[in-house]
Amino acid sequence: MEFLTNKIFLIAMTFIVYVMAQYLQRRTGIKLLNPILVSIGVLICFLLAADIDYSQYKESGDYIDFWLKPAVVALGVPLYRQLGNIRKQILPLIASEMAGCVAGIISVVLVARFLGASQTVIMSLVPKAVTTPIAMEVSASIGGIPALTAAVVVCTGIFGGMAGFKIIKLGHVKSQIAGGLSMGTAAHAMGTSAAMERSDRYGAFSSLGLTLNGLLTAILSPLILQIMGYSI
Amino acid sequence: MNFILQCGVLFTFLALGELIVWLTGIAVPSSILGMLLLTLSLKLRIVRLRHVDRIADFLTHNLGFFFVPAGVGLIGCLDLIAREWIPIAGAMVVSTAVILIVTGHTHQFVRKRMRKNHPHESGILEKQTEIID
Repeated sequence: MEFLTNKIFLIAMTFIVYVMAQYLQRRTGIKLLNPILVSIGVLICFLLAADIDYSQYKESGDYIDFWLKPAVVALGVPLYRQLGNIRKQILPLIASEMAGCVAGIISVVLVARFLGASQTVIMSLVPKAVTTPIAMEVSASIGGIPALTAAVVVCTGIFGGMAGFKIIKLGHVKSQIAGGLSMGTAAHAMGTSAAMERSDRYGAFSSLGLTLNGLLTAILSPLILQIMGYSI
Repeated sequence: MNFILQCGVLFTFLALGELIVWLTGIAVPSSILGMLLLTLSLKLRIVRLRHVDRIADFLTHNLGFFFVPAGVGLIGCLDLIAREWIPIAGAMVVSTAVILIVTGHTHQFVRKRMRKNHPHESGILEKQTEIID
């Protein structure tokens, strides 16, 4: 059983579990069976069952983790491809993204604080609306727990993807651009994939929302938190 | 184009981001700065799309996979979640709804105002609306 803690074996295991989770979702079509969430769950159960210490898994995980940073840099390419869309309506885009980002951060902090969350948890929740690699980086830089942030981001995505359009409808957001933008701003890639299912236009603006909010959250979070009286 | 070259470009921008953080000490992740510099350089044609597109498409299309190990790190905060799942879930749901409504309405409001204040441009915007909406 010593072999179970072999570095390469654990890396291979991570790949295989993820591929199988992807397959599972494609076959069943159930949104809740998000491959990321399923993989995390399966791997946690495996580590607990085989009594493998997390620090041992982490040694392997770090090799995969390492690619998160370059992956965020790579997001510059889709952003560049969308510059045309941005220029066409720069003012409404910037205004709505700023408003959404600020309102999102303030509301998450206030509600979490009201419901009695500890400071570490509040900090982990702050970047919950943006895509995970960005969220985890922000979380680490403001004193949250990146792993907790990753889990909350995935849950936010699932919730936003499933309930987002209902909330938008209830809130009388009528324009397609505004709706798509909201989905990407509130629920990152999973909101975007839900938007993509409606139409390509929705999808394009949703991915714009996801990128812009990722950017704004990274830049504004430390500032907003300092204004709200937290020291980072 | 050459895959190693593409990796080289990507990591150069990440390194530039690291350099800015190291020089200024700001709390913005180096990867975000790298992303902005990459977009800017593509725009200014310092770097061409063909110098980074393959590695970038690979990474951005498979983003999900790369954060699985970090998610497994949850194993270390299962107690924390058991203790604080109510504020976590509550804040997540309320804030997501707030973002959806605020972003959507701000966008609708500003576009409406733009149409009122710039009747000259409104024709263009109207045309765009036809295409986009």
